[in-house]
Amino acid sequence: MAFKGVDYMDLDGELSSEERMARDTVRRFVDSEVLPVIEEAYLEGRFPTEIIPGLAELGVLGANLPEEYGCAGMNNVAYGLIMQELERGDSGVRSFVSVQGALVMYPIFTFGSEEQKRRWLPAMAKAEAIGCFGLTEADYGSDPGGMKTRAAKDGDGWVLNGSKMWITNGSMADVAVVWAKTDDGIRGFLVEKGTPGYEAKGMHGKHSLRASDTSELVFNDVRLPGDAILPGSGGLKSPLMCLTQARYGIAWGAVGAAMACYDEALRYSQERIQFDKPIASFQLVQQKLVEMLEGITLGQLLAYRLGRLKDAGKYKHTQVSLAKRHNVMMAREVASSARWAMGANGIHSEYQVMRHMCNIESVFTYEGTHDIHTLIVGQDITGIAAFE
Amino acid sequence: MKIVVCIKQVPERDARLRIASDGKSVDTAGVATEINESDQYALEAGLRVAEKVGGEVVALLLGPDAAEEAIRRALAMGAARAIHLNDAGFQGGDASSAAKALAAAVRQESPDLVLTGLQSDDAGWSQTGVILAQLLGWPSATLIMEIEQPEDGRIKVKRELEAGWFQWITLPLPAVLTIQSGIYPVRYATLKGIMGAKKKEMKKMGPADVGVDGGQVGAAGRKVELKRLYVPEKTAEAEILEGDAATAAASLVDRLQKEAKVL
Repeated sequence: MAFKGVDYMDLDGELSSEERMARDTVRRFVDSEVLPVIEEAYLEGRFPTEIIPGLAELGVLGANLPEEYGCAGMNNVAYGLIMQELERGDSGVRSFVSVQGALVMYPIFTFGSEEQKRRWLPAMAKAEAIGCFGLTEADYGSDPGGMKTRAAKDGDGWVLNGSKMWITNGSMADVAVVWAKTDDGIRGFLVEKGTPGYEAKGMHGKHSLRASDTSELVFNDVRLPGDAILPGSGGLKSPLMCLTQARYGIAWGAVGAAMACYDEALRYSQERIQFDKPIASFQLVQQKLVEMLEGITLGQLLAYRLGRLKDAGKYKHTQVSLAKRHNVMMAREVASSARWAMGANGIHSEYQVMRHMCNIESVFTYEGTHDIHTLIVGQDITGIAAFE
Repeated sequence: MKIVVCIKQVPERDARLRIASDGKSVDTAGVATEINESDQYALEAGLRVAEKVGGEVVALLLGPDAAEEAIRRALAMGAARAIHLNDAGFQGGDASSAAKALAAAVRQESPDLVLTGLQSDDAGWSQTGVILAQLLGWPSATLIMEIEQPEDGRIKVKRELEAGWFQWITLPLPAVLTIQSGIYPVRYATLKGIMGAKKKEMKKMGPADVGVDGGQVGAAGRKVELKRLYVPEKTAEAEILEGDAATAAASLVDRLQKEAKVL
């Protein structure tokens, strides 16, 4: 049966017909193209590259960037709904799209030269080029300002040395947006696959986000031309602006993962018979279902309001932190509760909940850990930075 | 080549439906809707023909304001423009009066080909397409499973017959075809298509605009009156036929012949 969404408070009534259509077309794509392949890809520990042409054809890559660069020019609420539906499929699929759009196309659009934009954005919207974003290092996760990767001036060009860890799309990327320290502070560089000294190595052994390419990037005396730098980038603020975009998508995406878990647990509990009646008859199961629905509904309202603020140009990064923090924790609790309600079947790959439950642990930790977002909002309301 | 595709907005599949207080219609408040399934296939078939031979697909829909969403979806999928027969005078009709309204709009467009779905998922008359063809005086074929590229003013199509049989026939154009679900995979509305749909023409027309007498369409023009709409009633009657298998079977046949009169 096709997924019908979860909409207890008639949020649909607040959406425009374009927003609903964008959501519905991606919802149908996820039902038809993602769900049939995702469980196997997850177990095999590979990103399902077979869905990439379809994602590009739909127009989800950089969907909220302007039409003049080959993108769909959707508003941010529609973009958020797209992220929700993709993550209803799998967090790895949403991560792929988030990285391509919010962490690679967005910085090229925001900090890039006109030439860089013309070269990369239309190609990336069509998935003719895949991108990755290199900020995190093995020893610098929550504290990226301490990064060791350096770019030194070398005549007209640059020489890049260092390494990056936990890089989504790293091995399949044709171009990496790499953040490195220079004499002018942190700057962004476009490093193309095949550049001598640049190597990407897949990271294995993950129990989470298994249907996602997570890699280590190594830069060993990588010589870059002068125009490899993103001219508008400057300081740690630049990569953090990108992360705000991606975190916005995660706030919506987490709702999608939670919806998938709730929907599955609800159906299961209505069909699973124990003691001669559906387990949905039991108060303990009903309580779990209601709490899941309640969490999802609150998360939807939060994401929706944030989207309207973003479209009005009035949102703050601290509001994005609050939404990412709340919604991912909500999804983590919903996934766990859904798995609990589904008993032994809840751990099996015949169902989705355990996959989502494992995935959400990564989402809880990446793009600013849950705790860092707590401290960002904490600083905002008290005026005191707890991490400095 | 100009192709008109008739589409209808219907409640979404699996929607929970309630009977309205008049006892004759479905309460559509809060019910999600979609383009009727076989009409989606008709639209896909029309777009494919237009892409092969060049030309445009015009979506034609009869329905209230709320049906605009279905039109936008058709435009997002690739229809070039749309006509919305939207007037109180068109409402409350049956297959015959709907076909009269559609025929009037089709005459104004004078297309080469008209496609409709095989039947609607709500009323399920399976008549609108063929009545439309009759009113236009055009050849028609039903249950279309495949369409070959039109040539020399003719079109060759494959019809689905019963028991796994098919039939290829050739019709002169203009013609009306009613399309079977599953003919081709229905494309996704792309995000660019959704954004582009806003800029496409959607013409709202009433009976006078399409030159049809108000008494012929909508409730005034209907030939069928719906008396009552109800959810199948559950009854608790059951009877166990006693005796061995042969006796019970003989008794069952007797009852089916004499009482139920179905054999």
